Amino acid sequence: MPEPARAAAPAAVVKEPPFIRIEGVTKRFGTFTAVSDVTLEIQKGEIFSLLGGSGCGKTTLLRILAGFEDPTEGRIFIDGQDMTDLPPYERPVNMMFQSYALFPHMTVEKNVAYGLKHEDMTAAQRQARVREMLALVQLTEFSHRKPHQISGGQRQRVALARALAKQPKVLLLDEPLAALDKKLREHTQFELMEIQEKTGTTFVVVTHDQEEAMTLSSRLAVMDKGRIMQIGTANDVYEYPNSRFVAGFIGSINVLSATVREVKGDLARVDVPDLGDTVDARAIPGLAPGQEITLAVRPEKIALSRTRPEAANAFAGTVQSLAYFGKDSLYRIALPSGRVLSVNSVNARRVDETERVADWEDAVFLSFDPATAILLKD
Amino acid sequence: MAEAHRDTPLQRWFNRKGWINVTIATPYIWLIFFFLLPFVIVLAMSFATRTPTAPPFSFGGEYPLLNTDHYARLFQDDLYIRAYLISITNAGFATVMCLLVGYPMALGLTRVSKSWRNVLLMLVILPFWTSFLLRVYAWMGLMGSNSWFNKLVTGAYNWVVPSDWALRYIPMMNTNFAVVLVTVYSYLPFMILPLFANLEKLDRTLDEAAMDLGSRPARVFFDVTLPLSVPGIIAGSMLVFIPASGELIIPSLVGSSSRPMIGRVIADEFTSARSWPMASAVAVALLVLLVVPLMLYTYYEGKSHEKAKEEAS
Repeated sequence: MPEPARAAAPAAVVKEPPFIRIEGVTKRFGTFTAVSDVTLEIQKGEIFSLLGGSGCGKTTLLRILAGFEDPTEGRIFIDGQDMTDLPPYERPVNMMFQSYALFPHMTVEKNVAYGLKHEDMTAAQRQARVREMLALVQLTEFSHRKPHQISGGQRQRVALARALAKQPKVLLLDEPLAALDKKLREHTQFELMEIQEKTGTTFVVVTHDQEEAMTLSSRLAVMDKGRIMQIGTANDVYEYPNSRFVAGFIGSINVLSATVREVKGDLARVDVPDLGDTVDARAIPGLAPGQEITLAVRPEKIALSRTRPEAANAFAGTVQSLAYFGKDSLYRIALPSGRVLSVNSVNARRVDETERVADWEDAVFLSFDPATAILLKD
Repeated sequence: MAEAHRDTPLQRWFNRKGWINVTIATPYIWLIFFFLLPFVIVLAMSFATRTPTAPPFSFGGEYPLLNTDHYARLFQDDLYIRAYLISITNAGFATVMCLLVGYPMALGLTRVSKSWRNVLLMLVILPFWTSFLLRVYAWMGLMGSNSWFNKLVTGAYNWVVPSDWALRYIPMMNTNFAVVLVTVYSYLPFMILPLFANLEKLDRTLDEAAMDLGSRPARVFFDVTLPLSVPGIIAGSMLVFIPASGELIIPSLVGSSSRPMIGRVIADEFTSARSWPMASAVAVALLVLLVVPLMLYTYYEGKSHEKAKEEAS
C-alpha cells in the first residue's frame, strides 16, 4: 500500500487509543476476496466514511463490524474489547440499514422501542427514551403511524432513531442517504452531522457518493477491490491523493504520463510529452531523474487566459467544447499533441455569451501553479 | 387498400376497452357458471321434496313453495350435528398438524440455496403425480394391524411402556387418528406452498435488523418472521381446513363408520337414502358454516387495508 503523499495530521489528533480497531481483516467468499487485509483505526466521536465503488468491499467491512459476517482472518476491537466472535445481538453496535429495514407490522414508536426491550430499564425509562429519540428526529407526531404511512425521508429518520435508541458505542450507516432525492439528501446530511454532534456517537458510514463522504466525515477511507487505498481527511484525499485510483475516484482530474528530469528542493521538473513541454510540480519523496511518473492536475487548478501568462507552467491550446453550468463552466481544451484537458473555471462575474473568457475554437493559454500539480508514482 | 386496413367497429371497441372488459369478465363468467349456477341448483334442490321419480325430487305438492323440513331435520337428528362436529374437529386437528409440520418445512425451503430449493419444492409437489386414491390405499396398507409399519410402531410402543400395557398391535385403521393422519399427509403441500410463497417474500434484512437490536434468533422468529407470515398461515389453513372438512374419500376408506364425517353423510343421503333434497340441505349448511365466516373475514381484512392506505396518502 502506498504511503500517504503528505504526513499531515488528521483532524482528529491521534492521542487516545483508537476506539475501533480493525486488525488485518480479510473476508473471502469462496475464491472471491471481498475484504483484503484491512487495518484501520477510528477515533471516538468521529464520522468515518468508507468510500468506494460497488463491490469494493465497503459494505462487507461494515457487516463484519456489525457481526453479520465473520472475518476469514483478523480481529475487530471496539472500545478495547475483542468483538470478533460476538454475535450481532451482543455487540454495542447498531446499524442503520440502506433499506431502513423498519418492521412493517409495528408503529414508529414500537420500531424505535424494539431494541430497548432487552435493555435493563423500567417501562417509564423506556418510554422516556423513545420520546427523546422521536423528538431528536422530529417525528413525535408520527409515533402511531406504521412505516408504510410515512414518507421516505421520515422512514430514514425512524431508522436513525431506532438505531440510536440503544445508545450504541458505534453507529453503522449503510448508504444512509442513497434512497433520498437530491434536495432532501443535502438537508439530511447536515441533520446527521448535528445529531452526531449532539449524541457524540461514533459513526461509521458506508457510501459510494464522494461528495457525501467529503461533507459528512471527519476522515474517510477510499477502498478498491477490498483494499484500503488511502485514509485521511476530505482535504488530504482530494488535494494529496496517493495513487491514480484515489485521484480519479475523488473528483475529476487530468492525468498525464511524465518523466522526471530533475528534483530541486520541493520542486520537480518533469517532461510531459503530451504538453510538449517541461513543467514544474511539487516534489514527492523518493524521486529520481529518469523515473516514469504520472502528473495529475485538477481541472479547477488550471487557469485559462487569452494571452500567454507570466507563469512557470504555461502552454497553448484550442477550445474544443465548453459546458456552462451556471456557477462554473467546463472547457475541453485540445493541445497541439492531440490530448484534451478539462479546465474548470468559476464564473465569478456575470458574463454574457459574447464576453466569455473563451469560446468555441478560440486559441487560449493554460497555466497552473506548480504547487497544485500532483505527482503520482502509481 | 386503405379500406382493408380499417378496423371494424367491433375491433375498434375491442382495442379501446373491450379487452380490459373481457379480462375482468373472465373470472366472473367462470364463477357464475361453475360456482353460482350449481350452487343455486343445490340451494333450490334443498327446498324440494323427495319423490320416487327420476330425478327423485319435485317442487309443489304438499309444500307449494318451499319445503324447509330438511333444514329442520339438521337440528332434530343429532347424526348431522355430530357429523359436523367430527368434521370440524378432524379438519381442525389436521390443519394444526399441517401447520406444525409445514411451517418449518416452508421456512427451511426459503433458507436453502436456489438449486436445492427447486429440488425440494419438486419433492413437495411430487406426490401429486400419483393418484390420490392410490396414496390413501397405501396408507391403509401401512396402518393395517398386520403391516410392518404397525408392527414397528407397536414394537416401539411395547418397548417403552410397562409390560402389562403391551399390545399385539395398535388399532390405527378406522379411527379418527387415521383420518387426521392421512388428511395431514394429503393436504400438507397445500399448507407448505402458500406459506413458502409468503415467507420467501419477507425481507431478510428485517431479521438482521432485529438481531442487530439485540434479539436472539428465536426471539427474531417470534417478533418478526411469525407476525409477518400471518397472511401465509391464514391462506394455508384455509386451503387445508375447507376441503378437509368436506373430505369424503379419506374418512370413507380409513375412518370409523360409527363416527361419520359430513362428506360421508352427504354421499349417503345422495346414494343410499336417495334423498337429494336432504343431501343438498346438508351441503348448503356446510357452506354457510365454513365459507360465510371466512368471506366476512376476508372482506373486513380488505377494508381495513384500504383504510390504512387512505390514511397514508
